[in-house]
Amino acid sequence: MINILQNHLSEFISGFGITLLSSVIALVLSLVLGTIFAIMEVVPNKGARVIARIYIEIFRNIPLLVITMFFYVVVTKIFAMSGLTAGTIGLALYTSAFIAETVRAGILAVDSGQMEGARANGLTFWQAMQYIVLPQAFKIVIPPLGNQFINLVKNSSTLAFVAGFDLMYQGNEIASTTFDTINTYIVVGIFYLIITLPLSYYMRYLEKKLA
Amino acid sequence: MKINKIKILMLPILMIVSTLVLTACGQTKSSSSQNQLTTIKNTHQMVWGVKADTKLFGLMNIKTSKIEGFDVDMAKEITKRIDPKAKPVFVQVTSQTRIPLLKNGNIQAIIATMTITKEREKIVDFSKSYFNAGQSLLVMKGSKIKNTKDLNKKGTVVLGTVGSNSVLNIKKVAPKAKVLQLQDYAQALTALKSGQGDALTTDNGILYGMSEQNPQTRVVGGTFTKEPYGVAIDKGQTDLKNSINKAIDEIQQDGTYRKLIKKWFSNVPGFDWRELLND
Repeated sequence: MINILQNHLSEFISGFGITLLSSVIALVLSLVLGTIFAIMEVVPNKGARVIARIYIEIFRNIPLLVITMFFYVVVTKIFAMSGLTAGTIGLALYTSAFIAETVRAGILAVDSGQMEGARANGLTFWQAMQYIVLPQAFKIVIPPLGNQFINLVKNSSTLAFVAGFDLMYQGNEIASTTFDTINTYIVVGIFYLIITLPLSYYMRYLEKKLA
Repeated sequence: MKINKIKILMLPILMIVSTLVLTACGQTKSSSSQNQLTTIKNTHQMVWGVKADTKLFGLMNIKTSKIEGFDVDMAKEITKRIDPKAKPVFVQVTSQTRIPLLKNGNIQAIIATMTITKEREKIVDFSKSYFNAGQSLLVMKGSKIKNTKDLNKKGTVVLGTVGSNSVLNIKKVAPKAKVLQLQDYAQALTALKSGQGDALTTDNGILYGMSEQNPQTRVVGGTFTKEPYGVAIDKGQTDLKNSINKAIDEIQQDGTYRKLIKKWFSNVPGFDWRELLND
Protein backbone atom coordinates (compact mmCIF):
# COMPACT_ATOMS: atom_id res chain seq x y z
CA MET A 1 0.00 0.00 0.00
CA ILE A 2 2.83 2.40 0.91
CA ASN A 3 4.57 1.37 -2.34
CA ILE A 4 1.53 2.21 -4.46
CA LEU A 5 1.23 5.56 -2.71
CA GLN A 6 4.93 6.38 -3.12
CA ASN A 7 5.16 5.34 -6.77
CA HIS A 8 2.00 7.10 -7.86
CA LEU A 9 1.83 10.00 -5.42
CA SER A 10 1.63 12.66 -8.14
CA GLU A 11 -1.26 10.90 -9.90
CA PHE A 12 -3.14 10.46 -6.62
CA ILE A 13 -2.56 14.11 -5.65
CA SER A 14 -3.69 15.44 -9.02
CA GLY A 15 -6.76 13.19 -8.93
CA PHE A 16 -7.48 14.33 -5.39
CA GLY A 17 -7.21 17.98 -6.51
CA ILE A 18 -9.63 17.45 -9.40
CA THR A 19 -12.13 15.63 -7.17
CA LEU A 20 -11.90 18.43 -4.58
CA LEU A 21 -12.26 21.15 -7.24
CA SER A 22 -15.21 19.48 -8.93
CA SER A 23 -16.90 18.81 -5.57
CA VAL A 24 -16.54 22.40 -4.34
CA ILE A 25 -17.87 23.90 -7.59
CA ALA A 26 -20.75 21.42 -7.74
CA LEU A 27 -21.52 22.01 -4.04
CA VAL A 28 -21.82 25.79 -4.41
CA LEU A 29 -23.78 25.51 -7.69
CA SER A 30 -26.16 22.88 -6.37
CA LEU A 31 -26.81 24.80 -3.15
CA VAL A 32 -27.69 27.98 -5.09
CA LEU A 33 -29.80 26.14 -7.70
CA GLY A 34 -31.44 23.94 -5.06
CA THR A 35 -32.46 26.95 -2.93
CA ILE A 36 -33.86 28.80 -5.97
CA PHE A 37 -35.99 25.81 -7.00
CA ALA A 38 -37.10 25.19 -3.39
CA ILE A 39 -38.41 28.76 -3.16
CA MET A 40 -40.05 28.41 -6.58
CA GLU A 41 -41.92 25.42 -5.20
CA VAL A 42 -43.49 27.42 -2.36
CA VAL A 43 -44.25 30.76 -4.04
CA PRO A 44 -47.93 31.52 -4.70
CA ASN A 45 -47.25 31.59 -8.50
CA LYS A 46 -48.51 28.39 -10.14
CA GLY A 47 -46.26 28.66 -13.23
CA ALA A 48 -43.11 28.82 -11.09
CA ARG A 49 -44.27 25.81 -9.08
CA VAL A 50 -44.82 23.74 -12.23
CA ILE A 51 -41.40 24.63 -13.67
CA ALA A 52 -39.69 23.76 -10.40
CA ARG A 53 -41.53 20.42 -10.16
CA ILE A 54 -40.58 19.44 -13.72
CA TYR A 55 -36.92 20.34 -13.11
CA ILE A 56 -36.75 18.45 -9.83
CA GLU A 57 -38.53 15.34 -11.09
CA ILE A 58 -36.32 15.12 -14.18
CA PHE A 59 -32.97 15.44 -12.42
CA ARG A 60 -33.97 13.51 -9.31
CA ASN A 61 -35.20 10.48 -11.24
CA ILE A 62 -32.48 10.00 -13.88
CA PRO A 63 -29.24 8.25 -12.89
CA LEU A 64 -26.33 10.65 -12.46
CA LEU A 65 -24.27 8.73 -15.01
CA VAL A 66 -26.92 9.26 -17.69
CA ILE A 67 -27.05 13.01 -17.02
CA THR A 68 -23.24 13.21 -17.13
CA MET A 69 -23.00 11.18 -20.35
CA PHE A 70 -25.69 13.42 -21.89
CA PHE A 71 -23.54 16.49 -21.29
CA TYR A 72 -20.35 14.68 -22.36
CA VAL A 73 -21.58 13.35 -25.71
CA VAL A 74 -24.66 15.41 -26.69
CA VAL A 75 -24.38 18.91 -25.23
CA THR A 76 -20.69 19.01 -26.14
CA LYS A 77 -21.62 19.19 -29.83
CA ILE A 78 -23.14 22.64 -29.17
CA PHE A 79 -20.92 23.83 -26.30
CA ALA A 80 -17.61 21.97 -26.38
CA MET A 81 -16.81 20.77 -22.86
CA SER A 82 -14.30 18.43 -21.26
CA GLY A 83 -15.16 15.43 -19.13
CA LEU A 84 -14.43 17.48 -16.02
CA THR A 85 -16.91 20.21 -17.00
CA ALA A 86 -19.58 17.73 -18.10
CA GLY A 87 -19.15 15.74 -14.90
CA THR A 88 -19.29 18.79 -12.64
CA ILE A 89 -22.41 20.17 -14.35
CA GLY A 90 -24.10 16.77 -14.15
CA LEU A 91 -23.18 16.50 -10.48
CA ALA A 92 -24.46 20.00 -9.70
CA LEU A 93 -27.82 19.52 -11.48
CA TYR A 94 -28.39 16.06 -10.01
CA THR A 95 -27.62 17.13 -6.44
CA SER A 96 -29.56 20.41 -6.78
CA ALA A 97 -32.80 18.44 -7.29
CA PHE A 98 -32.25 16.66 -3.96
CA ILE A 99 -31.21 19.85 -2.21
CA ALA A 100 -34.35 21.62 -3.53
CA GLU A 101 -36.54 18.95 -1.98
CA THR A 102 -34.59 19.11 1.30
CA VAL A 103 -34.77 22.91 1.55
CA ARG A 104 -38.47 22.88 0.57
CA ALA A 105 -39.10 20.49 3.47
CA GLY A 106 -37.24 22.95 5.72
CA ILE A 107 -39.31 25.91 4.53
CA LEU A 108 -42.54 23.99 5.09
CA ALA A 109 -41.35 22.97 8.56
CA VAL A 110 -41.13 26.62 9.62
CA ASP A 111 -44.42 27.50 11.27
CA SER A 112 -46.73 29.38 8.90
CA GLY A 113 -47.28 31.93 11.67
CA GLN A 114 -43.72 33.19 11.01
CA MET A 115 -44.55 34.21 7.45
CA GLU A 116 -47.93 35.62 8.47
CA GLY A 117 -46.38 37.59 11.31
CA ALA A 118 -43.68 39.02 9.08
CA ARG A 119 -46.20 40.03 6.42
CA ALA A 120 -48.45 41.61 9.09
CA ASN A 121 -45.46 43.71 10.19
CA GLY A 122 -45.14 45.14 6.67
CA LEU A 123 -42.41 42.97 5.15
CA THR A 124 -42.89 41.90 1.53
CA PHE A 125 -43.04 38.16 0.66
CA TRP A 126 -39.38 38.17 -0.48
CA GLN A 127 -38.18 40.09 2.56
CA ALA A 128 -40.04 37.72 4.85
CA MET A 129 -38.49 34.77 2.98
CA GLN A 130 -34.98 36.20 3.14
CA TYR A 131 -34.91 37.44 6.76
CA ILE A 132 -37.41 35.28 8.60
CA VAL A 133 -38.23 31.96 6.92
CA LEU A 134 -35.01 30.86 5.12
CA PRO A 135 -32.64 31.32 8.10
CA GLN A 136 -34.89 29.14 10.23
CA ALA A 137 -35.39 26.64 7.40
CA PHE A 138 -31.64 26.18 6.85
CA LYS A 139 -31.10 25.56 10.53
CA ILE A 140 -33.61 22.71 10.38
CA VAL A 141 -32.16 21.10 7.26
CA ILE A 142 -28.47 21.11 8.19
CA PRO A 143 -28.32 17.37 8.95
CA PRO A 144 -29.97 16.23 5.67
CA LEU A 145 -27.95 18.85 3.75
CA GLY A 146 -24.79 17.33 5.19
CA ASN A 147 -25.88 13.98 3.78
CA GLN A 148 -26.35 15.53 0.35
CA PHE A 149 -22.90 17.14 0.42
CA ILE A 150 -21.21 13.88 1.41
CA ASN A 151 -23.11 12.05 -1.33
CA LEU A 152 -22.00 14.72 -3.78
CA VAL A 153 -18.32 14.18 -3.00
CA LYS A 154 -18.68 10.41 -3.43
CA ASN A 155 -20.80 10.77 -6.59
CA SER A 156 -18.00 12.81 -8.14
CA SER A 157 -16.45 9.42 -8.94
CA THR A 158 -18.71 9.37 -12.04
CA LEU A 159 -16.15 11.74 -13.54
CA ALA A 160 -14.03 8.65 -14.12
CA PHE A 161 -16.52 7.45 -16.75
CA VAL A 162 -16.10 10.56 -18.86
CA ALA A 163 -12.30 10.76 -18.44
CA GLY A 164 -12.46 13.58 -15.91
CA PHE A 165 -9.01 12.75 -14.44
CA ASP A 166 -10.45 12.64 -10.93
CA LEU A 167 -9.38 10.38 -8.06
CA MET A 168 -11.37 7.38 -9.32
CA TYR A 169 -10.02 7.76 -12.88
CA GLN A 170 -6.44 7.82 -11.61
CA GLY A 171 -7.25 4.85 -9.38
CA ASN A 172 -8.60 2.84 -12.33
CA GLU A 173 -5.52 3.65 -14.38
CA ILE A 174 -3.06 2.79 -11.61
CA ALA A 175 -4.94 -0.45 -10.84
CA SER A 176 -4.92 -1.52 -14.47
CA THR A 177 -1.20 -0.82 -14.98
CA THR A 178 0.15 -2.17 -11.67
CA PHE A 179 -2.45 -4.99 -11.27
CA ASP A 180 -2.36 -4.14 -7.55
CA THR A 181 -6.10 -3.56 -7.51
CA ILE A 182 -6.87 -3.99 -3.81
CA ASN A 183 -4.20 -1.66 -2.47
CA THR A 184 -4.92 0.98 -5.12
CA TYR A 185 -8.58 1.17 -4.22
CA ILE A 186 -7.77 1.23 -0.49
CA VAL A 187 -5.63 4.33 -1.12
CA VAL A 188 -8.43 5.83 -3.25
CA GLY A 189 -10.88 5.19 -0.39
CA ILE A 190 -8.57 6.91 2.10
CA PHE A 191 -8.30 9.98 -0.15
CA TYR A 192 -12.11 10.19 -0.32
CA LEU A 193 -12.23 9.98 3.48
CA ILE A 194 -9.83 12.95 3.67
CA ILE A 195 -12.55 15.04 2.01
CA THR A 196 -15.71 13.52 3.47
CA LEU A 197 -14.72 13.06 7.13
CA PRO A 198 -13.92 16.74 7.83
CA LEU A 199 -17.06 17.69 5.89
CA SER A 200 -19.08 15.34 8.04
CA TYR A 201 -17.61 16.76 11.27
CA TYR A 202 -18.06 20.35 10.10
CA MET A 203 -21.77 19.74 9.44
CA ARG A 204 -22.12 18.20 12.91
CA TYR A 205 -20.37 21.23 14.42
CA LEU A 206 -22.71 23.61 12.57
CA GLU A 207 -25.68 21.63 13.77
CA LYS A 208 -24.57 21.95 17.41
CA LYS A 209 -23.62 25.58 17.12
CA LEU A 210 -26.89 26.69 15.54
CA ALA A 211 -29.24 24.41 17.46
CA MET B 1 -34.21 -41.53 10.87
CA LYS B 2 -35.06 -43.47 7.73
CA ILE B 3 -34.35 -40.47 5.58
CA ASN B 4 -30.96 -40.10 7.24
CA LYS B 5 -30.09 -43.71 6.44
CA ILE B 6 -31.01 -43.20 2.78
CA LYS B 7 -28.83 -40.13 2.70
CA ILE B 8 -25.88 -42.06 4.12
CA LEU B 9 -26.40 -44.79 1.50
CA MET B 10 -26.60 -42.23 -1.27
CA LEU B 11 -23.20 -40.77 -0.46
CA PRO B 12 -21.00 -43.70 -1.64
CA ILE B 13 -23.21 -44.15 -4.73
CA LEU B 14 -22.76 -40.51 -5.59
CA MET B 15 -19.02 -40.84 -5.10
CA ILE B 16 -18.81 -43.84 -7.42
CA VAL B 17 -20.89 -42.12 -10.07
CA SER B 18 -18.80 -38.97 -9.92
CA THR B 19 -15.59 -40.99 -10.09
CA LEU B 20 -16.87 -42.71 -13.24
CA VAL B 21 -17.86 -39.38 -14.78
CA LEU B 22 -14.49 -37.84 -13.99
CA THR B 23 -12.63 -40.83 -15.40
CA ALA B 24 -14.63 -40.50 -18.59
CA CYS B 25 -13.52 -36.88 -18.79
CA GLY B 26 -9.94 -37.97 -18.38
CA GLN B 27 -10.27 -40.37 -21.29
CA THR B 28 -11.55 -37.72 -23.68
CA LYS B 29 -8.72 -35.48 -22.61
CA SER B 30 -6.10 -38.07 -23.40
CA SER B 31 -7.50 -38.26 -26.93
CA SER B 32 -6.32 -34.71 -27.47
CA SER B 33 -2.75 -35.97 -27.28
CA GLN B 34 -3.40 -38.20 -30.28
CA ASN B 35 -2.34 -37.07 -33.70
CA GLN B 36 -5.03 -34.54 -34.56
CA LEU B 37 -4.25 -34.68 -38.27
CA THR B 38 -5.14 -38.38 -38.41
CA THR B 39 -8.28 -37.72 -36.37
CA ILE B 40 -9.37 -35.05 -38.85
CA LYS B 41 -8.74 -37.33 -41.80
CA ASN B 42 -10.57 -40.25 -40.15
CA THR B 43 -13.62 -38.35 -38.89
CA HIS B 44 -13.78 -35.93 -41.84
CA GLN B 45 -14.38 -32.99 -39.59
CA MET B 46 -12.21 -30.27 -38.13
CA VAL B 47 -13.34 -28.40 -35.03
CA TRP B 48 -12.41 -24.70 -34.96
CA GLY B 49 -12.71 -22.16 -32.18
CA VAL B 50 -13.86 -18.82 -33.63
CA LYS B 51 -15.03 -15.48 -32.24
CA ALA B 52 -18.71 -14.67 -32.65
CA ASP B 53 -18.70 -11.07 -31.46
CA THR B 54 -16.02 -9.41 -33.59
CA LYS B 55 -17.19 -7.60 -36.69
CA LEU B 56 -15.41 -8.62 -39.92
CA PHE B 57 -13.54 -11.51 -38.27
CA GLY B 58 -16.19 -13.64 -36.65
CA LEU B 59 -19.70 -12.36 -36.02
CA MET B 60 -22.91 -14.29 -35.42
CA ASN B 61 -25.43 -13.54 -38.16
CA ILE B 62 -28.71 -13.40 -36.27
CA LYS B 63 -30.82 -14.19 -39.36
CA THR B 64 -29.00 -17.37 -40.36
CA SER B 65 -27.55 -18.12 -36.88
CA LYS B 66 -24.22 -18.86 -38.55
CA ILE B 67 -20.90 -17.29 -37.64
CA GLU B 68 -19.46 -15.24 -40.51
CA GLY B 69 -16.21 -13.40 -41.01
CA PHE B 70 -12.68 -13.42 -42.35
CA ASP B 71 -11.46 -15.88 -39.70
CA VAL B 72 -14.36 -18.24 -40.49
CA ASP B 73 -13.67 -18.15 -44.24
CA MET B 74 -9.97 -18.77 -43.64
CA ALA B 75 -10.87 -21.77 -41.47
CA LYS B 76 -13.09 -23.16 -44.24
CA GLU B 77 -10.32 -22.79 -46.83
CA ILE B 78 -7.68 -24.36 -44.56
CA THR B 79 -9.96 -27.30 -43.74
CA LYS B 80 -10.64 -27.87 -47.45
CA ARG B 81 -6.91 -28.02 -48.15
CA ILE B 82 -6.07 -30.37 -45.29
CA ASP B 83 -8.77 -32.89 -46.22
CA PRO B 84 -11.10 -32.18 -49.17
CA LYS B 85 -13.81 -34.36 -47.63
CA ALA B 86 -13.67 -32.76 -44.18
CA LYS B 87 -16.30 -30.38 -42.89
CA PRO B 88 -15.34 -27.48 -40.60
CA VAL B 89 -17.26 -27.28 -37.33
CA PHE B 90 -17.34 -23.92 -35.54
CA VAL B 91 -17.35 -23.49 -31.78
CA GLN B 92 -17.83 -20.04 -30.33
CA VAL B 93 -14.91 -18.88 -28.13
CA THR B 94 -13.84 -15.72 -26.32
CA SER B 95 -10.36 -14.49 -25.49
CA GLN B 96 -10.70 -16.08 -22.05
CA THR B 97 -12.06 -19.48 -23.12
CA ARG B 98 -10.11 -20.27 -26.28
CA ILE B 99 -6.91 -21.67 -24.76
CA PRO B 100 -8.66 -23.83 -22.10
CA LEU B 101 -10.98 -25.26 -24.78
CA LEU B 102 -8.02 -26.11 -27.03
CA LYS B 103 -6.06 -27.67 -24.18
CA ASN B 104 -9.09 -29.70 -23.16
CA GLY B 105 -9.52 -31.12 -26.65
CA ASN B 106 -12.94 -29.53 -27.28
CA ILE B 107 -11.55 -27.75 -30.31
CA GLN B 108 -8.65 -28.70 -32.59
CA ALA B 109 -7.53 -25.24 -33.69
CA ILE B 110 -8.15 -21.59 -32.81
CA ILE B 111 -8.62 -18.92 -35.44
CA ALA B 112 -9.99 -16.06 -33.37
CA THR B 113 -8.10 -12.76 -33.84
CA MET B 114 -5.31 -14.29 -31.78
CA THR B 115 -2.01 -12.42 -31.76
CA ILE B 116 1.15 -14.52 -31.80
CA THR B 117 3.01 -13.63 -28.59
CA LYS B 118 5.94 -15.18 -26.74
CA GLU B 119 3.87 -15.79 -23.61
CA ARG B 120 1.25 -17.70 -25.58
CA GLU B 121 3.87 -19.69 -27.48
CA LYS B 122 4.84 -21.29 -24.16
CA ILE B 123 1.39 -22.90 -23.92
CA VAL B 124 0.28 -23.44 -27.54
CA ASP B 125 1.85 -23.70 -30.99
CA PHE B 126 1.16 -21.12 -33.66
CA SER B 127 0.98 -21.45 -37.42
CA LYS B 128 2.56 -18.77 -39.58
CA SER B 129 0.77 -15.44 -39.46
CA TYR B 130 -2.31 -15.19 -41.68
CA PHE B 131 -3.19 -11.55 -40.98
CA ASN B 132 -1.02 -8.52 -40.26
CA ALA B 133 -2.81 -6.91 -37.39
CA GLY B 134 -1.41 -3.93 -35.56
CA GLN B 135 -2.44 -0.85 -33.69
CA SER B 136 -3.89 1.92 -35.82
CA LEU B 137 -5.87 5.15 -35.59
CA LEU B 138 -9.52 5.97 -36.24
CA VAL B 139 -10.41 9.60 -36.96
CA MET B 140 -13.44 11.51 -38.20
CA LYS B 141 -13.72 12.04 -41.95
CA GLY B 142 -11.79 15.17 -42.95
CA SER B 143 -9.56 15.15 -39.87
CA LYS B 144 -6.13 16.72 -40.18
CA ILE B 145 -4.55 13.76 -38.43
CA LYS B 146 -3.03 11.36 -40.94
CA ASN B 147 -0.59 9.36 -38.77
CA THR B 148 0.92 9.13 -35.30
CA LYS B 149 3.33 12.02 -36.05
CA ASP B 150 0.37 14.39 -36.37
CA LEU B 151 -0.78 13.21 -32.96
CA ASN B 152 2.46 14.00 -31.17
CA LYS B 153 1.59 17.63 -30.50
CA LYS B 154 0.41 19.49 -27.46
CA GLY B 155 -3.36 19.80 -27.37
CA THR B 156 -4.25 16.68 -29.33
CA VAL B 157 -6.42 14.17 -27.52
CA VAL B 158 -6.30 10.41 -28.11
CA LEU B 159 -9.06 8.09 -26.92
CA GLY B 160 -8.52 4.54 -25.71
CA THR B 161 -9.95 2.05 -23.26
CA VAL B 162 -8.89 1.65 -19.63
CA GLY B 163 -6.04 -0.78 -19.07
CA SER B 164 -5.47 -1.72 -22.72
CA ASN B 165 -2.03 -2.24 -24.18
CA SER B 166 -2.86 0.16 -26.97
CA VAL B 167 -2.99 3.03 -24.47
CA LEU B 168 0.50 2.22 -23.20
CA ASN B 169 1.76 2.00 -26.80
CA ILE B 170 0.34 5.35 -27.85
CA LYS B 171 1.94 7.03 -24.82
CA LYS B 172 5.32 5.84 -26.12
CA VAL B 173 4.66 6.78 -29.76
CA ALA B 174 3.05 10.15 -29.10
CA PRO B 175 4.16 11.31 -25.64
CA LYS B 176 2.94 14.87 -26.13
CA ALA B 177 -0.67 13.92 -26.81
CA LYS B 178 -3.20 13.70 -23.99
CA VAL B 179 -4.71 10.24 -23.57
CA LEU B 180 -8.30 9.84 -22.35
CA GLN B 181 -9.17 6.32 -21.18
CA LEU B 182 -12.84 5.36 -21.46
CA GLN B 183 -14.63 2.29 -20.20
CA ASP B 184 -15.13 0.36 -23.47
CA TYR B 185 -14.91 0.65 -27.28
CA ALA B 186 -18.53 1.75 -27.68
CA GLN B 187 -17.99 4.64 -25.27
CA ALA B 188 -14.68 5.58 -26.86
CA LEU B 189 -16.31 5.64 -30.31
CA THR B 190 -19.19 7.78 -28.99
CA ALA B 191 -16.67 10.18 -27.47
CA LEU B 192 -14.81 10.40 -30.80
CA LYS B 193 -18.04 11.14 -32.65
CA SER B 194 -19.00 13.89 -30.19
CA GLY B 195 -15.62 15.53 -30.61
CA GLN B 196 -14.11 14.70 -27.22
CA GLY B 197 -10.95 13.42 -28.89
CA ASP B 198 -9.03 13.70 -32.16
CA ALA B 199 -8.36 10.00 -32.67
CA LEU B 200 -9.25 6.59 -31.27
CA THR B 201 -6.57 3.91 -31.04
CA THR B 202 -6.69 0.11 -30.85
CA ASP B 203 -6.13 -2.93 -33.14
CA ASN B 204 -6.78 -2.16 -36.81
CA GLY B 205 -9.21 -5.09 -37.16
CA ILE B 206 -11.54 -3.62 -34.53
CA LEU B 207 -11.20 -0.16 -36.08
CA TYR B 208 -12.13 -1.45 -39.58
CA GLY B 209 -15.31 -2.92 -38.10
CA MET B 210 -16.15 0.40 -36.39
CA SER B 211 -15.44 2.32 -39.57
CA GLU B 212 -17.65 0.09 -41.70
CA GLN B 213 -20.57 0.67 -39.33
CA ASN B 214 -19.86 4.39 -39.02
CA PRO B 215 -19.12 5.74 -42.50
CA GLN B 216 -18.17 9.18 -41.17
CA THR B 217 -15.01 7.71 -39.60
CA ARG B 218 -11.72 6.71 -41.24
CA VAL B 219 -8.84 4.39 -40.34
CA VAL B 220 -5.59 6.25 -41.07
CA GLY B 221 -1.81 5.96 -40.84
CA GLY B 222 -1.43 2.19 -41.24
CA THR B 223 -0.24 0.15 -38.27
CA PHE B 224 2.45 1.32 -35.86
CA THR B 225 2.79 -1.92 -33.87
CA LYS B 226 3.03 -5.45 -35.18
CA GLU B 227 0.50 -7.93 -33.89
CA PRO B 228 0.31 -10.79 -36.38
CA TYR B 229 -2.66 -13.13 -36.04
CA GLY B 230 -1.96 -16.88 -36.19
CA VAL B 231 -3.81 -20.16 -35.98
CA ALA B 232 -3.20 -21.79 -32.58
CA ILE B 233 -2.97 -25.57 -32.11
CA ASP B 234 -2.07 -27.73 -29.15
CA LYS B 235 1.59 -28.37 -28.38
CA GLY B 236 3.06 -31.42 -30.06
CA GLN B 237 0.72 -31.43 -33.05
CA THR B 238 3.55 -30.87 -35.53
CA ASP B 239 1.81 -32.72 -38.38
CA LEU B 240 -1.28 -30.56 -38.07
CA LYS B 241 0.83 -27.41 -37.77
CA ASN B 242 2.78 -28.25 -40.93
CA SER B 243 -0.35 -28.94 -42.94
CA ILE B 244 -1.97 -25.71 -41.72
CA ASN B 245 1.13 -23.76 -42.74
CA LYS B 246 1.08 -25.47 -46.12
CA ALA B 247 -2.61 -24.60 -46.51
CA ILE B 248 -1.99 -20.94 -45.63
CA ASP B 249 0.81 -20.82 -48.24
CA GLU B 250 -1.48 -22.26 -50.88
CA ILE B 251 -4.30 -19.86 -49.98
CA GLN B 252 -1.95 -16.91 -50.33
CA GLN B 253 -0.40 -18.13 -53.60
CA ASP B 254 -3.51 -19.14 -55.54
CA GLY B 255 -5.30 -15.82 -55.04
CA THR B 256 -7.87 -17.05 -52.51
CA TYR B 257 -6.33 -14.84 -49.82
CA ARG B 258 -6.68 -11.76 -52.02
CA LYS B 259 -10.30 -12.71 -52.70
CA LEU B 260 -11.10 -13.10 -49.00
CA ILE B 261 -9.38 -9.86 -48.00
CA LYS B 262 -11.34 -8.08 -50.72
CA LYS B 263 -14.58 -9.71 -49.59
CA TRP B 264 -14.27 -8.58 -46.00
CA PHE B 265 -12.25 -5.36 -46.06
CA SER B 266 -13.19 -3.63 -49.33
CA ASN B 267 -16.32 -2.09 -47.75
CA VAL B 268 -14.37 -0.21 -45.09
CA PRO B 269 -14.87 3.43 -46.13
CA GLY B 270 -11.78 5.35 -47.26
CA PHE B 271 -9.51 2.36 -46.77
CA ASP B 272 -7.57 0.56 -49.49
CA TRP B 273 -7.89 -3.14 -48.72
CA ARG B 274 -4.79 -3.84 -50.85
CA GLU B 275 -2.68 -2.44 -47.98
CA LEU B 276 -3.40 -5.68 -46.13
CA LEU B 277 -1.77 -7.76 -48.87
CA ASN B 278 1.68 -6.22 -48.42
CA ASP B 279 3.85 -7.96 -45.92
